[in-house]
Amino acid sequence: MEHYSMDLTLRVWRQRNCTENGRFETYQVSDISSEMSFLEMIDVLNERLLQEGKEPIAFDHDCREGICGSCSMVINGRPHGPWKGTTTCQLHMRAFKHGDAITIEPFRADAFPVIKDLMVNRSAFDRIIQAGGYVSVNTGNAVDGNAIPIEKDKADEAFAAATCIGCGACVAACKNSSAMLFVSAKVSHLSLLPQGAPEKASRVLGMVAQMDKEGFGSCTNTFACEAECPKEISVLNIARLNREYLAASLAGD
Amino acid sequence: MVDNKIPAGPLDTKWKNYKGTVRLVNPSNKRKLEVIVVGTGLAGASAAASLGELGYRVKAFCFQDSPRRAHSIAAQGGINAAKNYQNDGDSVYRLFYDTIKGGDYRAREANVHRLAEISTSIIDQCVAQGVPFAREYGGLLSNRSFGGTQVQRTFYAAGQTGQQLLIGAYQALERQVALGNVQMYSRHEMLDIVKVDGKARGIIVRDLVSGELERHFGHAVLLCSGGYGNVFYLSTNAMGCNVTASWKAHRHGAYFANPCFTQIHPTCIPVSGDHQSKLTLMSESLRNDGRIWVPRNAGDDRKPTDIPEEERDYFLERRYPAFGNLVPRDVASRAAKERCDAGHGVGSSRQAVYLDYADAIQRYGRAEASKRNLGDIPKEAITGLGRDVISEKYGNLFDMYEKITGENPYEAPMRIYPAVHYTMGGLWVDYELMTNIKGLYCLGEANFSDHGANRLGASALMQGLADGYFVIPYTIGNYLADEVGKANETVNHPAFLEAEQRCQERIEKLMSIQGRQSVESFHKRLGKIMWDKCGMARSEEGLQDAIRQIRALREEFWSDVRIPGNILEMNPELDKAGRVADFLELGELMCLDALERHESCGGHFREEYQTPDGEALRNDADYMYAALWENRGEDGWALHKESLVYDVVKPSQRSYK
Repeated sequence: MEHYSMDLTLRVWRQRNCTENGRFETYQVSDISSEMSFLEMIDVLNERLLQEGKEPIAFDHDCREGICGSCSMVINGRPHGPWKGTTTCQLHMRAFKHGDAITIEPFRADAFPVIKDLMVNRSAFDRIIQAGGYVSVNTGNAVDGNAIPIEKDKADEAFAAATCIGCGACVAACKNSSAMLFVSAKVSHLSLLPQGAPEKASRVLGMVAQMDKEGFGSCTNTFACEAECPKEISVLNIARLNREYLAASLAGD
Repeated sequence: MVDNKIPAGPLDTKWKNYKGTVRLVNPSNKRKLEVIVVGTGLAGASAAASLGELGYRVKAFCFQDSPRRAHSIAAQGGINAAKNYQNDGDSVYRLFYDTIKGGDYRAREANVHRLAEISTSIIDQCVAQGVPFAREYGGLLSNRSFGGTQVQRTFYAAGQTGQQLLIGAYQALERQVALGNVQMYSRHEMLDIVKVDGKARGIIVRDLVSGELERHFGHAVLLCSGGYGNVFYLSTNAMGCNVTASWKAHRHGAYFANPCFTQIHPTCIPVSGDHQSKLTLMSESLRNDGRIWVPRNAGDDRKPTDIPEEERDYFLERRYPAFGNLVPRDVASRAAKERCDAGHGVGSSRQAVYLDYADAIQRYGRAEASKRNLGDIPKEAITGLGRDVISEKYGNLFDMYEKITGENPYEAPMRIYPAVHYTMGGLWVDYELMTNIKGLYCLGEANFSDHGANRLGASALMQGLADGYFVIPYTIGNYLADEVGKANETVNHPAFLEAEQRCQERIEKLMSIQGRQSVESFHKRLGKIMWDKCGMARSEEGLQDAIRQIRALREEFWSDVRIPGNILEMNPELDKAGRVADFLELGELMCLDALERHESCGGHFREEYQTPDGEALRNDADYMYAALWENRGEDGWALHKESLVYDVVKPSQRSYK
């Protein structure tokens, strides 16, 4: 693969904190190598801002391997940018060409208030997990691992749902800021397994109630979440959540 | 001589007897005892959840925005357990033995045996939580081989075992948060421990969003803050991984043990340029089928596919015919470095070797053709069949390689090079995981205890969860039983106020320098010194030079670093500055430790101590000890030693030829 370097125009959302208004600022960057990751391109810009006595752009990032779920940018209108099934940290500058203009914003949702620049507060996701996203088993209670056989396809399906990294791209992609893909992935992961069955009903009711309380919007089946999910979590999980929610609600009446 | 509190009696009954006789805290008293947990990776999350379940009042802290993002999440390969589900002769003893040998005889027998005993309960616990391990068609758990052992004992969840185990522990933690037993503080960084009458009684943290300092009391403090590989700047660690929590404890008197024992992983994607911010691991499992080679002629610039078979040097197969491409990590890394140093490296930087799947593709392709009874088919058709098999086994890794490098690894060999991956050294702990400061514990990668001088693959996850789920819930009671009924200090105790003041002054000092160079630039320079002089090969001259350079760099940092913004706000540059300042001290200690250890063992290779054919030369007569470093402030460090006694295993020279 031929490497090349490029000059770019960046429009970046700058916001001092959660109470002040934000605005876009424009930066020119030059000699960006196509071998860099997107975040390394921002590192280069930040180093320059520092040298100029300005404040660098704040953004969440940690593993830079696409698994921790920290990075949270909307790039040219798409959460995590143009590559399918890819987090921002794994997006590389080969995705762009010389002269491109790139707009970078934080994930936007009422339930994800901006902390600074591109950083948002996603603790609502932790509170949704607290509302039932677990199996109630204390340490030391367990039977032998092979005492609970699980059909391979069920286990694989549960695993596919459990690959969610909790980044919140689904919320950012949704015009209603719905968290249904995130919630349904956890509901599916646990309810597909026999270990999660006893708490199936209380889990789905609890998690959905908390989701609503946090101010996430409703799902209107546009599937934008699935299209932008860096782990390609299927919307079929949302269908499963809806079935379980209905069943649990009826049983509770 | 330090007291490691190893229980008396035969090795295989020590832990059982300990558990049966250790003091307990009754449930109503547990509710009055507070425990602080710093870090929420596998060790921290499992400890916080388990202690919460027992009824202790727990406060857990992490610098990430959620406990689920701790770096344990990035572990790929798997977790070992002596279940012997495969009926291939595995046992607690074999796992114990492999770990001791893999660690090149520099770990404690009693700790490692306990780890092997506990390994089986970890799998049970994780399954009960709903961790979706890989399964066979019969519905039972699947295993794979790993890291050169001769049995299949590694449990896994595709290439993301760490994420699935951490999510399990995280969910258990969040359940305790919901029940009110654990209070969770995300985006908080520990800046100091608070000692009262020689005991750890709390911590000072900084709220990274508001920038405010906070004082927190605890009857015990657990540091579960991970490894210090980021001292090298470039490593497979997450960007935020740091040594600060351990280092503050060390500055308060906690011994730092074997700091020079670091693991360099052989199969990582090589550095592409000065902009590089981190390195990405390619799972060890790739060495199962891939062949590693360099051009026989130094400086050969041809495309790898144009280099004929007879002009390739499969150097691992040549040097280690018995194990070939599956030698342990330390051996494979050093061999790659040796070839690159000799001018045979490939790629634009010449710091890489090829990992080639062409043979494997043909082999699997032929097997597939024969399985489907396709008869004589053209080579292209065989290649296609082979690629499908490889894609099923390693597809996610091949995709990751292509995303990062833009090259298709099915068409041409991958380029790989070793990178810093794990640190075996850490805070010294006794059998109960307590440091030499009373009430201060250290769990997981942050402590030094179980892996000696080299860690085997799939053992880090095992140790983190063993410490958190099954060791600390027992051992902490032995200490806390004495704390029942004693008056608690409030956070207004002078020791808390003084500690807070110290943190405040240090932050103000950092902010007031207003020099010309960024924190990142200092970190990069430190990393380069460490990699060049204290990396895969070390020498007396190089280490002495490194110490001089690090001292000078530290001085430069404290007079010329530039940190923008303010203290009382989200300020990532300030957070990073505190961490790099601590790395600048740790780096010196690592070099000192490497300098003092006149032998080669595991990840520590001293050029002066090697066999005539370039293998590591251990010196059991003089160095069979853990090096315990005591911080003496301005006066540097004092060395204490804990002798390692092998009652059961007889140490021998490792050979993979």
